[in-house]
Parts: sequence; C-alpha cells; structure tokens
Amino acid sequence: MTVADVVRSTAPNSEGYFEFTLGEFHFRRDEYFVYISWPTGSHMMSVDAFLRAMQRDVAWDFFYGTVNFDGVFGTVNHYGTVDIFAGRFNDSYRKAELDYSENHETPAIRETFKSILADWTNAAFDPFASPHETGAAFGIKNGDNDSAVTRRRIAASRMVAVPGDEEIRTDESGFPVNRMFLDVDQSEPVVEFEPGFEGEVAAFNLFAYLSRSDVTWNPSVVSQCKDSLFCPTTEEYILPIIHGNDRVEWFVQLSDEITWAVEDRDTGAMRSRVTMKAGDVAAMPADIRHQGYSPKRSMLLVWENNSSAIPDLIASGKLPTYPIEF
Amino acid sequence: MSSGKAAVGGGTERSEYTTVFASLDNYDKGGVEIINDDARHYAFSNLFEVAAKSKPWEKVAVAKNLEYVLEAVRAEGVSEWRTAAHDEFAVCMDGEVTVDLVKLDASPLAADAQGSIAVEGEPAGKKMGRIHLKRGHQALLPAGSAYRFTSAAPGVLMMQTIAGPDTQYRWAEICQTA
Repeated sequence: MTVADVVRSTAPNSEGYFEFTLGEFHFRRDEYFVYISWPTGSHMMSVDAFLRAMQRDVAWDFFYGTVNFDGVFGTVNHYGTVDIFAGRFNDSYRKAELDYSENHETPAIRETFKSILADWTNAAFDPFASPHETGAAFGIKNGDNDSAVTRRRIAASRMVAVPGDEEIRTDESGFPVNRMFLDVDQSEPVVEFEPGFEGEVAAFNLFAYLSRSDVTWNPSVVSQCKDSLFCPTTEEYILPIIHGNDRVEWFVQLSDEITWAVEDRDTGAMRSRVTMKAGDVAAMPADIRHQGYSPKRSMLLVWENNSSAIPDLIASGKLPTYPIEF
Repeated sequence: MSSGKAAVGGGTERSEYTTVFASLDNYDKGGVEIINDDARHYAFSNLFEVAAKSKPWEKVAVAKNLEYVLEAVRAEGVSEWRTAAHDEFAVCMDGEVTVDLVKLDASPLAADAQGSIAVEGEPAGKKMGRIHLKRGHQALLPAGSAYRFTSAAPGVLMMQTIAGPDTQYRWAEICQTA
C-alpha cells in the first residue's frame, strides 16, 4: 500500500483538514479536537495529545506491544499486521461489550497514520518536541511540518561511531546541544588504533550524543549485542502514549529523574509508581502498561530484547511476565 | 531563580539547568511504590550502589532478559584479560577507564559461545589499540578480541553482554523486595 491508496475525503473540511478512513474507523479533526468513530462508538481527543501519540506510533513502526493513545484508542503490533482498537484495554468498554478492534496489514495502517500526521500537523507544531520547544497544535490549517514528522529513525547495526554505522551528533550535522543539557561534557573518548583495526576499535560519548537529541520520548538503537538492543532516549514532560508491554523491558536512568505510573496492561488498574533517579535500574513486567513523567529533560536507557519469539512465549505462559526469580 | 526566554504560550524557562548524574560517592536512589503488585517483579536496584558494594571487576547482573544481561562492574586497578565470541559494550558510568584490545590469534571460545570468559595469562595476538573512557563514554569490545580494563581510581562500568560463567547474581541483596 502507498500513500495514494490511503482513503481520505475528497476535499478538506471547513477547518482545512482532510478526513481519513481505515477499515471501519473514521478520523477527523477541527481546531481543538480529533474525532474517532467506529461501528460501536466514538471518541474525542485533544489534537495535541493525539498528534504526539501518533508521531511515536509512526516513528517506532508500532513499537513493541500496545501503543495506547489514551484509555480508549490505540494499536497493538503483531509485527507484520497491526490491530487498531477502541476500548479493548478499557475495563468498562469490555464489560459493556463496546470494545472494537480491526487487524490491518502494517503498510495500510502505516501509510494512513503517516498521511493523517502530515495533513494535521501545522507549520509551527513539532509533535516530537517538548511543550516549551514548539508552537501549538491547535487552530485551522496553517501549512505543514513535513521535516519534523518524517525524521529518519536511527538504528545502529553495531554501535554508533563504528565506521560505516550511525554517526555521532554534532553542531555541523544539525544536532546542537539541547538547552537543558548545556552542562553535559562534550569531549569524545580518545581512541588509539593500530593500522588495520580502524573499524574495530571504536567508542563515542553516549551522554553527549543524547544531549544533542532533537526529540523526546523516542528510543533509538545505539548498540546491538545480538537481540540485546540499547535504545536510549531523552525525556521531557509526559510520555505521549501509555505503552503496553508484550515482553519485559528494562529501564536504566542515566540522568535526572522520571516517575512512571504503572497500570495493569489489560484493565488499566493502577499497580505501582516507580521513581527512577540517576543510576537506578528497573524492569517493566510484560503484563503492564506505563506512562512516564520527566520534570526536566533526562536521559533514559531503554533496554530491549528484540527476539521475535518472546510475545508468543509470554502470551502462552511459557515465559513469566517478570524477569527474575528471587 | 532567573528567567530565560519566554516560552510559547506560557511561563518562562530557567536561564540554565543542571543535569544530575550519579557516581559511586553520590547517588540518590528512587524506588517502587507498590499499589497492587509485587516489588520483586521490578527488580529495582541502583548501579552505583551495587558497584559500591562489589569487589573490583566483579560482574554483577543488574538486569536480565533471558540470556542477555546488564552488569554493574566496579572498576578499580587492572582487570584480567577477557574475551567473548560476540560483541560486548562497556559504558563508563563513573571515573576514567582505559581499555586495551588485542585481536586473539585463536579464540578459546566456540563461535556460538555466550558470555565472556577470562583469558589465561597474556593474550596471544596483535595489538588492536587502546581507548580512554570518561563518564558517559561507550566502547565496543569486538567479538574475538581480548580486552583489559585499567582504572587508577574507583569507577563504574555498565556492561551490555550475555550472561556467562562469571556473571554474579545477587538479586535478593541488590533489589527492592517489598
């Protein structure tokens, strides 16, 4: 499926935005809100929250597990196909049998979401930025911001700074140090290599690399040990989605502090609050969903096991939902 | 508090911010506030606290996802030489650490071996180079190489690797349990 196949209205609405359809889901926006409808119900979200959530869903290619835009609407990744749902992980909707879900080939939902994001994002709004760094998402149609919503996903195949792999970030490459990380040491490690080992002896300043990230809440791969992925990210304000796990993931707080609200993945019932300070390490079990709050821009290492076998092993009960037996 | 530029549609920002990193001598641990769960499911610990209580170069697992681990290592003095059949990575979380690398003439490990092992004596092979790490720096420890760390003062490394015969498990000692 391509952008040309996306189902959208023939003309923009009175606010200047196109309306979109995917399966039985229909999407429209006005100055403040997004309206989502499906055969058994409808839903409203702030357009600001909706675009921030959709930006992550698109950028991560639907990520691991569930991306809840809020307590009603979201997606579940099956790595080849994606469920789009309303009320599926909401206890009240489930009990009232008003929950609704459709499964689509990944390209169909990807192109539809990318088209919505491109059309509904105005020139002054960057969904990846913190609230202090961007203009508002609201109002009638006013230009676009394609460069912001189509940033390239960074994924090192071995490690950043290894010749031929992802490069370090610099002023010259368009990544100035973020205003909240101006005190982070920018010196790169001293690397001495013998002739013939230029491609094997490598190191970089991870903290400086993160200090130059131009996005928030967007993990990118900096190193790979087989299926073990280091996916650090910089966080400020609120994670725009509520992430539901399909595997255990781990967090290492590299700087500053984040508080996580942890809920049951399926019902949304509160399970814990996790406060992480620099140096703290915590697992997020495979049956939870979580949303992070970062008062100051912080550095978080998200550590993932990328094995494709894990979701089925967890779902079938062959693997526990938590990582450690004491 | 001084104020910086006007923020879009709201108050102002500070004129400068302080980034909080931790160290062996200065860390402030958070924690899990349980509402309806078991604290052990989060295996909550702190890298610096673990390293502060470890002997030099002990490899203490602070995170585990099936065969993969993150290890906290107290860097102090000169380590043994080690090797793995797969890439590993070391992040210097505190202090300054030098990494010496040698390309082994013959690896003692099978190609699919998991985790690192100690290399007896001096490694036989070509010198590859040396890396000088400070806080926040990450180094590649290439598959099939031997590596040795040196740290004049106590520091902390975080290792991205696979569990091996020398990985230490102390979950009940290092993690919040209630």
